[in-house]
Amino acid sequence: MGLGNFTKSEGGRAAMLLAPPFFYALALLALPILAVVLFSFWTQDFMTIDTSFTLANYREFFDKPIYTVLLGRSLMVSGIVTLVTVVLAFPVAYFLSFHVRPERKSLWLFLITIPFWTSYLIRVFLWKVILGYNGVINSGLIGAGIIDEPLSFILYNVNAVIITLAHAFAPFAILPIFVALEKIDRSLIEASRDLGETRLTTFFRVTLPLSMPGLVAAVLIVFIPTIGDYVTPELMGGAGGKLIANMIQTQFLQLNNAPMGAAIAIVAMICVTAIALAFVMLNRRWLRGRG
Amino acid sequence: MTALIELKSVEKHYGDYHALRGIDLEIRAGEFFSLLGPSGCGKTTLLRTIAGLEEVSSGTIRIDGRDMKGVAANHRPTNMVFQSYAVFPHLSVAENVGFGLRRDPRSKVEKARAVEQALEMVGLGGYGKRRAHALSGGQRQRVALARALILEPKVLLLDEPLSALDRLMREQMQLELMRLQRQVGITFILVTHDQEEALVMSDRIAVMFDGQIGQLADPETLYRKPANRRVAQFIGKMNFLPGRMLDQRGAIEVAGLGRAELAPEQALPAGGEITVGLRPETLAILFDGDTAPRRETRGTVAEVVYYGDMTYYEVRVDGIDRPLTVSMKNLIGRPVLEVGATTRLAWDERALVLLTA
Amino acid sequence: MKGLPLRVYAILYLLFLYAPIALLPLFAFNDATIIAFPLKGFTTHWFGDLAGNAALRQAVGNSLFIAAMTAIFATLLGICAARAGAMARFPGKGGILGFVMLPLVLPEIIVAVSLLIVMRQVLGLNLSNWTVIAAHVLICTPFSIAILNGAFQNLDPSIEEAAMDLGESRLSAFRLVTLPLVMPGIVSSMLIAFTISLDEFIIAFFLTGANPTMPVYIWGLLRFPAQLPVVMALGTILVTLSVVLLVIAELFRRRGLARAGIKDTGGFL
Repeated sequence: MGLGNFTKSEGGRAAMLLAPPFFYALALLALPILAVVLFSFWTQDFMTIDTSFTLANYREFFDKPIYTVLLGRSLMVSGIVTLVTVVLAFPVAYFLSFHVRPERKSLWLFLITIPFWTSYLIRVFLWKVILGYNGVINSGLIGAGIIDEPLSFILYNVNAVIITLAHAFAPFAILPIFVALEKIDRSLIEASRDLGETRLTTFFRVTLPLSMPGLVAAVLIVFIPTIGDYVTPELMGGAGGKLIANMIQTQFLQLNNAPMGAAIAIVAMICVTAIALAFVMLNRRWLRGRG
Repeated sequence: MTALIELKSVEKHYGDYHALRGIDLEIRAGEFFSLLGPSGCGKTTLLRTIAGLEEVSSGTIRIDGRDMKGVAANHRPTNMVFQSYAVFPHLSVAENVGFGLRRDPRSKVEKARAVEQALEMVGLGGYGKRRAHALSGGQRQRVALARALILEPKVLLLDEPLSALDRLMREQMQLELMRLQRQVGITFILVTHDQEEALVMSDRIAVMFDGQIGQLADPETLYRKPANRRVAQFIGKMNFLPGRMLDQRGAIEVAGLGRAELAPEQALPAGGEITVGLRPETLAILFDGDTAPRRETRGTVAEVVYYGDMTYYEVRVDGIDRPLTVSMKNLIGRPVLEVGATTRLAWDERALVLLTA
Repeated sequence: MKGLPLRVYAILYLLFLYAPIALLPLFAFNDATIIAFPLKGFTTHWFGDLAGNAALRQAVGNSLFIAAMTAIFATLLGICAARAGAMARFPGKGGILGFVMLPLVLPEIIVAVSLLIVMRQVLGLNLSNWTVIAAHVLICTPFSIAILNGAFQNLDPSIEEAAMDLGESRLSAFRLVTLPLVMPGIVSSMLIAFTISLDEFIIAFFLTGANPTMPVYIWGLLRFPAQLPVVMALGTILVTLSVVLLVIAELFRRRGLARAGIKDTGGFL
């Protein structure tokens, strides 16, 4: 079958159309990630790269506690952020899907997405203004006479990082849950009520299981990218709030040790992927166990 | 009459799926032709290969004597009315109807007049300025028709054009399409899964199963002399009875009914097992005073389905596994029998159809 | 009223979402170098400082160029993918589409370091605006695809066939029928890609050349307390600009739906 025939079939034309985005992603995503893998087995020798294969970077990662501590903290922060974001987002998505009139829905979605599109750096910085020693919260609470001393547990530590990230990723959690809830056939809920379930048991036996795909998507879309953020920990985390992404950034841009940075990035990626896959599988098993 | 469209051993494969299997077909100029069959039988694929929207895998299609191999849809003398109507939602009604006139050398004024004429022809005179997406289903259908007919194609292809309309609208559009076809004299090829629609509208019908033509005939022949059991089953209702050939002159033995004589041209070698078909309306229940004009048998009413103008009875007859379906007009004074009633049944050997396969 | 507690909760949630942004103009017009309460008085001279800052003007120029290029290329790739997505299947299609969407869920730092390694160490290129554009196209394409998917999948596939049946070639059928119908989606996709690129920092910080992009420049400013009110002023302008762009994008998206005669069901993504 020649190219002429190939372009005549619709599938063939679709394949030709898909080629540019595919090769772009291949060249700028797949191959570069392969390069990162390759680099992680090399070493930095002052200004040059020693290209002999070695596991030295990985050995260093697991020998020096700083890396594993940072990774552990990163995973914990991402986990908590994910939990907080998804739990806080679900009622909003539910409200949007079930209680907002259809013609008002897109306005609500629009209002929810707008903060997400506005300068990330400045948004993070403004949380510093809110949570700082003489920031909005502290001066407000002191002014109201509730506290005498500024609260110190809300800035330059992990808590501040969590609050800021939870804010930044809020729309990411709401949208997939909302889409999943919208897809639920409303007559299924009426059927459940008709079959004798209460509003609450209907939620747990029908609505929640059917919205699971959206919840899973929300978890993944929050958990995975938060691992890669170094802006929030840098600005909000103080000394004890740095995360693994800060270390990757430092290795690449300050220590000029690309191979070590690559190894850290690879370990972090593998951990995130493994956790994400485990989560998806557990969720599937849980759904099947119920079904 | 010469053939306007000739298809010779047309084949179509989609990967492993064999959609059209050796279609041979001639469609005459000015004919209202239908492709009838269940979904997935290949009728729409066949229509799309004629339109040039699908390439055939092998075989030839000639339209007006010209081989259509390598001729794209936009260069074929065919136009199509799509199942979804495919009315352009961003254009007005007039812009839709005039869409195909872009390369027409006529002046703007003449084109506008042609558009208005086409709209009047389909009963949408004065609708030109309306936005297409504000139209009802029936109106969109008319726009699609006008849009295709304005180009004066040799062949108009209609892909299930009435399937999205409600019953009343559908029956009205059937008559209107027939009137339109007579008026413009263009060959119409209609794809439909609705046997009644095909019988009502067509000059000839090709019944398709599994990518092949099961039978090609005019509506009456198709109904009276279906070529095989599948066609008979698809068009109208029919009782199937096992039988046996007794001699070469057409004498047969039919289960439950007894000995009968077939017309000589239906004769087969003696001793063969056969199936004969019998339409419900060729059977009749005999009431008290009635006598059968030809043949008679006895049975018990097993089921009564009342349709208002008609009553369908399932009548159990000794020697036949499945009850016979009998349809009776509900004439004045004629009672509707109840389940369990014993009855006499009139039948006529001239109505027996010998079915192969 | 049914669902009142939920409504109250949703409104509080919106307040939480908008809290930081609401502070922006307060400090942008506040006559004090320290970003803290209580407010001192009204001034506009932080905006005046902005205008006089040549380095910032250059950074803004870079970012606008990068964002414009990103918008064009990401939307072109998005059109290819979304149109292919609405067409017939072929073996491996689902996998390829998934792969193209991957940057959406990849930590940005991974994209950043992998491209840095390839550009600098493997290809030996100098970092420039174009290295940032290459990366931004990669991360914006999935968003473009998501937006354009909506536009292409709402199309009746027989619409283009009808145009071809009425005498148009495949190309002119696309131009006359499909393009006008998906145009609102294209505009919307370009605006979104533009906005994302304009704001992106994590990757740009790795890949920016000698001339920083605007977020990279802002990052530098954040370390100098005296510069913070200027950042607030800049932020106010940026937020206003993003909101305007997003409103336009949303209006176009809705017009696209209206044009196709479809009822609105949701927002972006």
